[in-house]
Amino acid sequence: MKQTHGLKTLMVTSVALAGTVGVSHTMAAGQITFVSQGGAYQEAQTVAILDPVAEALNITIHQESAPDAWPMIRTQGTTGQAVWDVVDTPPLNCVRGGNQDLIEPLDFSRVPNAESMPEEYKTPYSVAYEFYSSVLAYNPDAFNGNPPETWADFWNVEEFPGNRALRNHPLGTLEAALLADGVTPDELYPLDVDRAFEKLEEIKPHISTWWTSGGQSAQLLYDGEVDMLMMWNGRVSAIMNEGANADFTYNEGILQNTHLCIIKGAPNLDMAVEFLNAAIDPQYQANLPLHIDYGPGNPAAFDIGKIPEERARELPSYPENAERQVLMSYEWWSSAEGEQAERRWLEFMQQ
Amino acid sequence: MKATAIHDRYAAANAIDPSLRHRRREHVLMMMLMSPAVLVVFALLIVPLSWLIMQSFYADGALSLEHYRRIFTEGIYWNTFFLTFRISVIVTLLALLMGYPVAYAASILPQRWAMLILALVILPFWTSVLVRAYAWLILLQRSGVVNQTLIASGLTDSPLALMHNELGTIIATVHILLPFMVLPLYATMQKIPQDLVQAGASLGGSPLHVFMRVFFPLSLSGVLAGMTLVFVLCLGFYITPELVGGGRTVMASMLVSRNIQLYSDWGAASAVSVVLLICVLAIFYVVSRLVPLERILGAK
Repeated sequence: MKQTHGLKTLMVTSVALAGTVGVSHTMAAGQITFVSQGGAYQEAQTVAILDPVAEALNITIHQESAPDAWPMIRTQGTTGQAVWDVVDTPPLNCVRGGNQDLIEPLDFSRVPNAESMPEEYKTPYSVAYEFYSSVLAYNPDAFNGNPPETWADFWNVEEFPGNRALRNHPLGTLEAALLADGVTPDELYPLDVDRAFEKLEEIKPHISTWWTSGGQSAQLLYDGEVDMLMMWNGRVSAIMNEGANADFTYNEGILQNTHLCIIKGAPNLDMAVEFLNAAIDPQYQANLPLHIDYGPGNPAAFDIGKIPEERARELPSYPENAERQVLMSYEWWSSAEGEQAERRWLEFMQQ
Repeated sequence: MKATAIHDRYAAANAIDPSLRHRRREHVLMMMLMSPAVLVVFALLIVPLSWLIMQSFYADGALSLEHYRRIFTEGIYWNTFFLTFRISVIVTLLALLMGYPVAYAASILPQRWAMLILALVILPFWTSVLVRAYAWLILLQRSGVVNQTLIASGLTDSPLALMHNELGTIIATVHILLPFMVLPLYATMQKIPQDLVQAGASLGGSPLHVFMRVFFPLSLSGVLAGMTLVFVLCLGFYITPELVGGGRTVMASMLVSRNIQLYSDWGAASAVSVVLLICVLAIFYVVSRLVPLERILGAK
């Protein structure tokens, strides 16, 4: 809704501009279509990042949301009729899209803000935008001061009895299974897929629900339907703030992020690159955690003194927290092996 | 004689019959009135459906039967279709078992009571499927009302798994589809003349005997109509199993969405849809040999 005001201003100025200069294409310049995942997350980044960037670059940002952008990326890329410019999506989509010629390769000479970012936060097609984590969450009441702290605990049904839930998706779940089986974080990738599914087979009879949406996972913990589960850190914090009996640990959390990437043949390609660079500016990135429980994609945001120390410690990408977690490898998941592993999921669920 | 008769007939055919012309004009008018609806059906149903069918025959940019081969050879697809049919059969039988007495009561009770019963059947029908799925979730979950009552009354020690599985899916689906069983049953039963039942009784039949020999056989077309509707609707159920099935209850429609969301495989998703559609059409065809389709769809 906030965008409407900006749009009006822009239209008035560009109409005035077109009138004086007499060039009609100025009308189209200075706008991009940005796609994110909707909900509280998109609202938070609108206030934290999109509005300030729109003002600084003097552009209009048309927003759309798609909880799963991949089918749309594929459709727009294959038909050659791009309507989106910049997408905020898991890097798996950016890399896979890039490999299939659906995503523009990124010219990093035009993205100076990415220079100081760690290499593992970038791909040839994208840069990290924000961080979240798939953590082990639990209901403290069910464990009398001895909650599960690792995935090995989660798999230990004798010492930690209780209802369990996992996400109905291979990403992150296979990693947790291998960590539970004693694989160290440095040896995790490439994933030993057979071993992971074997370990999952072991816990399967004890999983009461395989959740599909973030809201569902929050509901399960909030209602006491399950005692421990893997879920996204932002979702646990949200119900903790609402007073639910819930807690979580960053130990062995699967650190994930979404990246910004640009659709192949984007209608506003030039402006899209400029926007992308501005969106990972530490100044705006530092705003994000002030509005939602997700960490900035650019770690430089922690150094400019905008995020209070207390707040920073709660975030998944805070260096001390990040150390205790495993960074998900999208390179592996976008490889042929990764895609094969993803395909095995449905079969596993139905046995 | 013969020749004149033929001539007369020709003359009659060639003569401009005012009533015929009138009828023809009416036909044209009716066609024109229908054309917006036909256009909508063509643009929103025929065109996308043809596209869907075409897509199901393409794999990796070439014509191929690959998607259909996978459906008929891979375990995941077999399991899913088997589960879908099993759930649909159970739901249909449960709906019949629960719906028949309700419809019977509504058909023999005085008008006032019948209206009340039908209102109670239809009222939940106006509530969103999503809301009803969540309502069942609240009732049947581990700490839900039903489990709490069962534990408090000592009937069970630990909460029963009533949700997030096939059982939960069946309970919620029966609830949602029950009106589709009751309404056609009621429509059929209402038309069964009470005189026949009375005649049976006056001939010395016990109430049970009369019901079994007279009433029940006459209500069979309604039974068939209700069962067909419930079965076919259940085959395509998506939201309910997705929400209360706990992730393990994968029905055919969910296979369509998984194929797109998890694998971005539009061809495979289309092939599953086409197979499901063919199943539905086959069922309608078989049933239409037994009962006219207009009757099932409630037109008559």
